[in-house]
Amino acid sequence: MRFKVIQKILGLLLALFSLTLIPPLVMSITMDDGIEYAFVSAIFVTLLLGLFLWLPVRKFKGELKLRDGFLVVVLFWLVLSFSGAIPFIVVDNPKMTLIDAVFESMSGLTTTGATVLTGLEELPVSLLFYRQLLQWLGGMGIIVLAVAVLPMLGIGGMQLYRAETPGPMKDAKLTPRITETAKMLWYIYLALTVFCTIGFYVSGMSFFDAICHSFSTVAIGGFSTHDQSIGYFNSWQIEAVTIVFMFLAGVNFSLHFLAWRSKSLKHYFEDSEFLMYLALLLSVFLICFLGLMLNNVLSGEIVTSLRASLFQAISMGTTAGFSTEDFQAWPAFLPVILILLSFAGGCAGSTGGGIKVVRCLLLYKQGVREIRRLIHPNAILNIKMGNKAVSNRVIEAVWGFFAAYVAVFLILMLALMVTGLDQTTAFSAVAACLNNLGPGLGAVSENYGNISATAKSLLCLAMLLGRLEIFTLLVILTPSFWKT
Amino acid sequence: MAANLCSEPNDITVVDLNPTTLHHLQDRYDLRTVVGHAAHPDVLLKAGAQDADMIIAITNSDEINMVACQVAYTLFQTPTKIARIRENQYQKRKELFDAASFPIDVIISPEQEVTDYIKNLIEFPGSIQVVDFANGKVQLVAARAFYGGPLVGHRLAELPEQLNDVETRVTAIFRRNDVIIPTGDTVIEAGDDVFFIAAQKNIRAVMSEFRKIDGPNRNVIIAGGGNIGLRLAKALEDTCNIKIIESNSARAHKISESFKRAFVLLGDAADEDLLREENIENTDVFCALTNADEANIISSMLAKRLGAKTVMALINRAAYVDLVQRDIIDIAISPQQATIGSLLAHVRRGDVVKVHSLRGGAAEAMEAIAHGNARQSKVVGRKIDDLKLPPGVVIGAIVRKEKVIVVHHDTLIVEDDHVILVVTDKRHVSDVEKLFQVNLTSS
Repeated sequence: MRFKVIQKILGLLLALFSLTLIPPLVMSITMDDGIEYAFVSAIFVTLLLGLFLWLPVRKFKGELKLRDGFLVVVLFWLVLSFSGAIPFIVVDNPKMTLIDAVFESMSGLTTTGATVLTGLEELPVSLLFYRQLLQWLGGMGIIVLAVAVLPMLGIGGMQLYRAETPGPMKDAKLTPRITETAKMLWYIYLALTVFCTIGFYVSGMSFFDAICHSFSTVAIGGFSTHDQSIGYFNSWQIEAVTIVFMFLAGVNFSLHFLAWRSKSLKHYFEDSEFLMYLALLLSVFLICFLGLMLNNVLSGEIVTSLRASLFQAISMGTTAGFSTEDFQAWPAFLPVILILLSFAGGCAGSTGGGIKVVRCLLLYKQGVREIRRLIHPNAILNIKMGNKAVSNRVIEAVWGFFAAYVAVFLILMLALMVTGLDQTTAFSAVAACLNNLGPGLGAVSENYGNISATAKSLLCLAMLLGRLEIFTLLVILTPSFWKT
Repeated sequence: MAANLCSEPNDITVVDLNPTTLHHLQDRYDLRTVVGHAAHPDVLLKAGAQDADMIIAITNSDEINMVACQVAYTLFQTPTKIARIRENQYQKRKELFDAASFPIDVIISPEQEVTDYIKNLIEFPGSIQVVDFANGKVQLVAARAFYGGPLVGHRLAELPEQLNDVETRVTAIFRRNDVIIPTGDTVIEAGDDVFFIAAQKNIRAVMSEFRKIDGPNRNVIIAGGGNIGLRLAKALEDTCNIKIIESNSARAHKISESFKRAFVLLGDAADEDLLREENIENTDVFCALTNADEANIISSMLAKRLGAKTVMALINRAAYVDLVQRDIIDIAISPQQATIGSLLAHVRRGDVVKVHSLRGGAAEAMEAIAHGNARQSKVVGRKIDDLKLPPGVVIGAIVRKEKVIVVHHDTLIVEDDHVILVVTDKRHVSDVEKLFQVNLTSS
C-alpha cells in the first residue's frame, strides 16, 4: 500500500471536484436566491481539504498499483459523498440533518434518485440545480472524468477506471489510451445530454427544467425538480423524450462509440446484450400493459395504459426511477415486477445500475449449459456472446458477483427489518438503493424522509455498494487486502 | 499428387525438404527430385524453373506457397502458377492473387474440395459420388441400385415414362467391375452403380427410381475435428444436427468456440459407450475424418454395427479403399481422388474447365468447351450421333449460356458450348482432348 500516492491522487481529485461547485454558485448569485454562502463554504472546505492532502506529497512520484486503485476509488466516493453533502447541511431552507444531507448527496452521486426532500418546488433553484448536477457527475463516473482531464494519472488511470466502470469485462478499451477512452465516453455522455436538453426544451419545458432533467435522465438518476417527477408536466412529448434518452443511456456506451465511428446502427443489433436489454424492457412493458388493462386500472383506457406502462417499464428497467403515475398503487404484482426488473438494470458500460443485463444473460446461458451437460456428458460446451466464446474465468466472476449481490441484498434487507421496517418496505428500499433505482414501495413509496437514521445509513451503504458493483467495496474490507 | 500427374505425359520435378520422401518418390515414379526449400530461388532454378510451364506449390504452408509462386513469376516468368491456399481469410480476398500482388493463377484448397465432396454426399442421401459442373448448375451423380427402386429390373427406355418432365441421362453403369455403356435396352440390376446427369433440383427424383430413398440426412456425427471435420461441420451446421468427436482436448476446446449450433464431444470415436450415449442408432451419417486410416475404418465399422444408417471413412491408402468399400463401409473417401480433378483440369490440353476422377481414378468426368467453327473443330456443328467418340465415352449434357441441356442423340453442339462427358476408360482421355482441340490449319 503506498499511502503517499493515494493521498496525492485523493487530494487532486477533491480539488478538482471543488471546481464543479462553481456553476451552482454562479447560478445562485445570478438568481439571487440567497444561498451563495452554502456553495462558497463547500468550495472552501473541499478545496482546502484537497490542498491539505495534496501539498505535502505533491513532489512524490510513483505509480498506482491495482490494489491502490480500489482504495482510491472507495475513499474518494466516501469523501465525495460527505463533501457533496456540505451545501445541504449549511443551508437554512430546507433544514436537514447530517444523515439526511449525506443520504441526498449519496443518492445523487450514485444516480439512485431516492430523496428525503419534499416540497421541491419551494426550494432555492440553485440547490435544485446542484442536486441534478450531482447526478450528472456521478452518472458517467467522476473518476472517469478525472481520468479524462488529468493526464498525470498515467497508468494509474486504468486501475481507477477499472474499479469504477460497471460490467463483467472491463479490459476492453475503445482506444489504445485510457485517457482517450475516458474522453470518448464523456463526449458521448455530453452529446446525449445536449440532445436531451434540446428535446426537453422543444417539448415545452422551461430552459432550467430542461437542463436539470436532461442531467438526471442521461445519468439514469431520477431526481426531478418537482415532487411529481415527470408526471408534473403531463405531456406525452416530454415522456417520449425521457423514454428515448433513458433507453439510450442504458445501452453500453461502447456501442454508441462504434455506431458513431462506423456511421451505422448494425453494431447494436449484433450485440446480444443489447437485444436482451430490448427484449426484457419490451416484455415487461407488455406485462404491465396487460396487467393494467385486465384490472381496469386507469379506467381501462388503451392509450393511457400504453403510455403509462411503457414509461414505467423503461424508467424502472433502466433504473432511472422517474414516474408519471402512482405505480405503487397498481395491482400488487406490477410494482414487484418493475422492482425485480431493476435487478437486471442497464447494460454493462452504461450509466444504469443493477446487476447489468450482460451478467443476467451469462447466468441464463450458464443454466442452459448445465442442462445440456446432463444430456451430453462428454460434450464441450461454450458460452457465447455474439460469435465469441466467453472464458470460464468471466463466468466464474459473474457467479461470484451474483452470489455476493444476493448475499448483500439479503443481509441489508434483514438489517432494515431489524430497524423496524416492514418486509415490503425493507425489500423495496434495499432493491431501490442497491440497484440505484430510487423509488420504493410501502413506507418509502413517496420519499425516504420518514425512516430512521440507522435505516438511512444502511441504505447509503447499499447505494455505494450498488454503484461500485460490490466487489470494489468488499475487497477493501478483507484482511488480505491490507497485508503486504 | 505427383504420382497422378506422372501417369500422364508430363515432365515433373518435385521439390521437398525431406530427402527420404523424395528418394521413395524417385524409386517409384518416373520423375526428378530436388532437395531444398520450395521458395528459394536457387532451389527453383535447380529444379528447372527457367523452362517450366507450370509451378504447383502445395506445401503445408500457405505463405511458402504464395512466395514460391511470386519467386517463380518474378525471376523465371513461369506461365502458370498454382498454389494451395488453406486459410479462408486469404481465399476470401481474391484481389490478393492478381499479377500485381501474389501472381497466382489457380488456387487449390484440398481440404475445401474434400469437404465439398463429402457435403454433397450428405446432402443427397443414397448417392455414392456427386460432382458439380458449370458452377453447380448440373451434377453427375452415382447411385447404387437396390431392390425396391421402381426401375430396377426394367429397361432404361422406361425411365422417361416414369419421370415425366424430369430431364436426365444415364451416362454409365458399372456392374461389378464391368462398364456398361447404357442404351435404351439396358436392364438395371440390383447392385449396379448408375451414373446419371441431372440438374440439382431433380437429383432426388431420379435417384428414387433406382432405390428407396429416405428423408434428408439430419443427424450427423463427425469423428475427428481436424481441418476437414471442422470445415464440414461448419458447412452443414445450419441444416443438420452435427456432433464432432475429437480426442485431443486442446483441439476440442479450440474448435468448439467456432460453432454456432454444432457441438463438440471430447472422447474416442471408437468408444462404444460414447457412441451409444450420443444415439448412434438414430444417426443418419457417421463420417470418420481423422488422419489415421485405420482409426477411421475401425470407428466407422463400429458405428455401422451399432446402427448408424450410412457410414463414411476418409481413407488415404488406395489398398484399404478396395478392402472395405462396398461390404464394410458404405463410402470410402479418397482425398487424392477428390482433389486431383482440380489440378488435372489445368494440365489437360484443349479448353477443359473441370475434371473429376470417378471410381478411384479408373474413370473420369470432364467439362470441356467446344471452340471454333464447324471446319476447325471436330465437335462444333455436329449432332451427338455424328461425333466420332472414342469407345466408352458418353456425353451427358451441354451447358449453353447458363442453360442446361440434357442431350439426346440428335442434339446439335454449337460454338462455346460446355460439354459434359464421362470417360469410362481413362486410356481414352487423350483422344477426348484431341477431339476438343481446335485445328487452325484446316480452316
